[in-house]
Amino acid sequence: MTIPVTAATAAPKKDKPKVIKEDAMWLQKELINANYKELATARETGRKVSATFVPGNLNELLMCFNFARSLPETNALQNALRKRTGKMIMDAERDGHSEDVCTYVKADLGMMLAGDIGPTGEPLPKPDVLLLSYTGCFTFMKWFELIRQKYGGESLMLHVPYQGDGKIAPGMRDYVVKQLTDSIIPALERISGVKFDIDRLRQYMRESQKAEENLVKVLQSAKHRPSPIDGYFGGVYYIGPIFTAFRGSPEATRFYDVLWSEVEDRMREGKGPITPEGEITEEKFRLVVEGPPNWTNFRDFWKMFYDEGAVVVASTYSKVGGVYDFGFRHDPDRPLESLAEYCLGCYTNLNFPQRIDMICRYLEDYQADGLLINSIKSCNSFSAGQLLILREVEKRTGKPAAFIESDLVDPRYFSAANIRNRLESYFQMIKQKRAAQAAAVH
Amino acid sequence: MSVQDIVARCQALFEDLDFNAVKQWKAAQPGRKSIGYMPIYVPREIVHAAGMLPVGIFGGGDQLEVIQGDAYYQSYICRIPRSTVELGLTGRLDCLDGMLFPSICDVIRNLSGMWQIMFKDKYVKYFDLPQNYDDATGGSFYVHEMQALRDDLEKLGGKKISDEDLKASIRVYNDNRKAVRELYAYRAQKPWQAPTSEVYLVLRAGCVLPPEEHTVLIRQYLNETEKQKRPQRDNARVILTGSFCEQPPLGLIKSIEMAGCYVVDDDFQLIQSWLLDDVPLEGDPLQELSKAFLHRSAQTASKYDDRKEDKGKHLLHQVKTRGAEGVIFAAASFCDPALLERPMLQEILARHKIPYTAFKFAENTGQMAPIREQAGTFADSIKLWSAA
Repeated sequence: MTIPVTAATAAPKKDKPKVIKEDAMWLQKELINANYKELATARETGRKVSATFVPGNLNELLMCFNFARSLPETNALQNALRKRTGKMIMDAERDGHSEDVCTYVKADLGMMLAGDIGPTGEPLPKPDVLLLSYTGCFTFMKWFELIRQKYGGESLMLHVPYQGDGKIAPGMRDYVVKQLTDSIIPALERISGVKFDIDRLRQYMRESQKAEENLVKVLQSAKHRPSPIDGYFGGVYYIGPIFTAFRGSPEATRFYDVLWSEVEDRMREGKGPITPEGEITEEKFRLVVEGPPNWTNFRDFWKMFYDEGAVVVASTYSKVGGVYDFGFRHDPDRPLESLAEYCLGCYTNLNFPQRIDMICRYLEDYQADGLLINSIKSCNSFSAGQLLILREVEKRTGKPAAFIESDLVDPRYFSAANIRNRLESYFQMIKQKRAAQAAAVH
Repeated sequence: MSVQDIVARCQALFEDLDFNAVKQWKAAQPGRKSIGYMPIYVPREIVHAAGMLPVGIFGGGDQLEVIQGDAYYQSYICRIPRSTVELGLTGRLDCLDGMLFPSICDVIRNLSGMWQIMFKDKYVKYFDLPQNYDDATGGSFYVHEMQALRDDLEKLGGKKISDEDLKASIRVYNDNRKAVRELYAYRAQKPWQAPTSEVYLVLRAGCVLPPEEHTVLIRQYLNETEKQKRPQRDNARVILTGSFCEQPPLGLIKSIEMAGCYVVDDDFQLIQSWLLDDVPLEGDPLQELSKAFLHRSAQTASKYDDRKEDKGKHLLHQVKTRGAEGVIFAAASFCDPALLERPMLQEILARHKIPYTAFKFAENTGQMAPIREQAGTFADSIKLWSAA
């Protein structure tokens, strides 16, 4: 079921554009706003505050200690969606940060310089603990060191080894578990004043499992023709709760129940994905996308796709906070080992042969027409080597691949005209390839 | 050999992008193998103990025309991976039997996987280094990583690596590190006698020479340069930091010196001075290598600082012990670790009233005039302040 609603950000005197959203999208927005409210009132309510990152986040564990939970990347992208990050980034650069480095970091530091007012206009409290789970991105480590240096707070390192050989060796998992038992959990107990209860962790993990099951069904619904979802632009709404402060909570379980129910209905009725301007009625192109989206011009970017009838049926970005579609689930019977395996298995912690295998598999399983790479200036963890991914995927699948460039939250690096031109050429190329294949058959 | 001869030999080794020294070493005895490694740190002792030659790969410098490598990287990625890919694709690294990619940043990490795909017949390992410094936790993981490397090299070389082999190699590298420490101490004491443009070349020779030979070379250089009296100038004594991976062109180092700076410490070839003292020869060799890494190794941007108070300690120590008057931050463009670390170190230096300046470079930077100007102004300002 979908509800047309008035966009809150539209100009007051003009006719407000109608924005179409699924019920689950509204529910997701409520969850996120409620979390910002919890953060804003954490001091009044006597709650300690944690900050941690999306890939490899230990949300269930943090909930065991009653932390209000902040995720700096989410804050940055929410600010970008509201067109606020341009100034924040420039403020951080004026404060001495290089123009070359990650704009998530600079948007966060710029927000702090301006008084730490969060995306919803409410203040964000200074974190009591910076939990550095360090999965798949070295910049995270420097990010929290920078915050710690400027604003204080205790940082905790959970070093997650990289899958350089394309597998999780037992020693890697044991290393993560030992860090959890010997340093992370005792430190969280000390900072929060709450004793660790492993049964509480198990209970959260049971909730995680339910949500994960439904998330996978939603993402895999895109194998259907037409796809009832967009697995990239729509996907970021779908992964929102489970990748951030809600995995393991009953609220997340309810969200994924509602979401799956909606998607299942649409699939049964043969409907396409919901976009901000309504349903895609004709699916012309099915794509796999590698790389994060641009957030500063998210709506414009998406429109370039749905205007052409292009649907993203699978994306790697929707696996950045956990790869669930190949079977991994949080396991309450092995809670700490399972947390370790979760961290080790996030997309950017996979080596290049694994990433390429995954993309090729998506192209086949989701019957996609081709691969599109959105290469992000800020994110070397994704971007370094993507041109090799492009070549390898083309070589292995024979399907066309294309490459566009933008940034996460820096509006200076979003060139709509360039991206549109490249996309139009790419769609043309897919059409030609189809025509050539049809001619060969006849 | 005169100091000029030594420096000329080192310069020839530095400029030889075909790695003929490695080829000659291999040809001298059939069956020899060589293993490349990228910055910042791998325990070369294990490679050496396997009877193999560890070879430092620090990109292509400013003499390599990068054509194919550029096709693999966007404009906003640093230059070292593209020139390294160029070296690989043009066959210049064919003399290597394997490559080690230590954990330093996302770019080098991803390059390890690219290498697995592009050079399927070579041994490739991403070598993880612990960010947890507890012996029972990070140490245990690190010993496991080193043991995996040992097992791999045993297979590759077809011979067991005994503890005695490892201890013998640790002894060789202890001696090499001692010589490097002597070289750094000498330069700090008499920077006019050991210009950094020479010291750098002497250190870079360690990338391709066997460590025993490199140690002899360093000591020869120290003996010979002491014999040749050179004029002492009223230069500013500076620490150069942030160049631990992609290397600046030699011309840039010369430009800084010509601008009136004596570089009295740096992090160009950090692997050679990473372990701050001797690795004990008693006990389990991998455990001792681990303890040296965890507790007695240099601080750098790719390593986590457990506590806020630890940040910048090593740099402050360098400033103090080398008698430096200022710090030059020289980071490669798009080098995330160095550029993210820089504001933190700058804030600490400012707190200690230590002057600093900063610029970026690429390994093929050709325009030295702006850098010379900036370094010259920095040196002048130090001299003016110290006069006041």
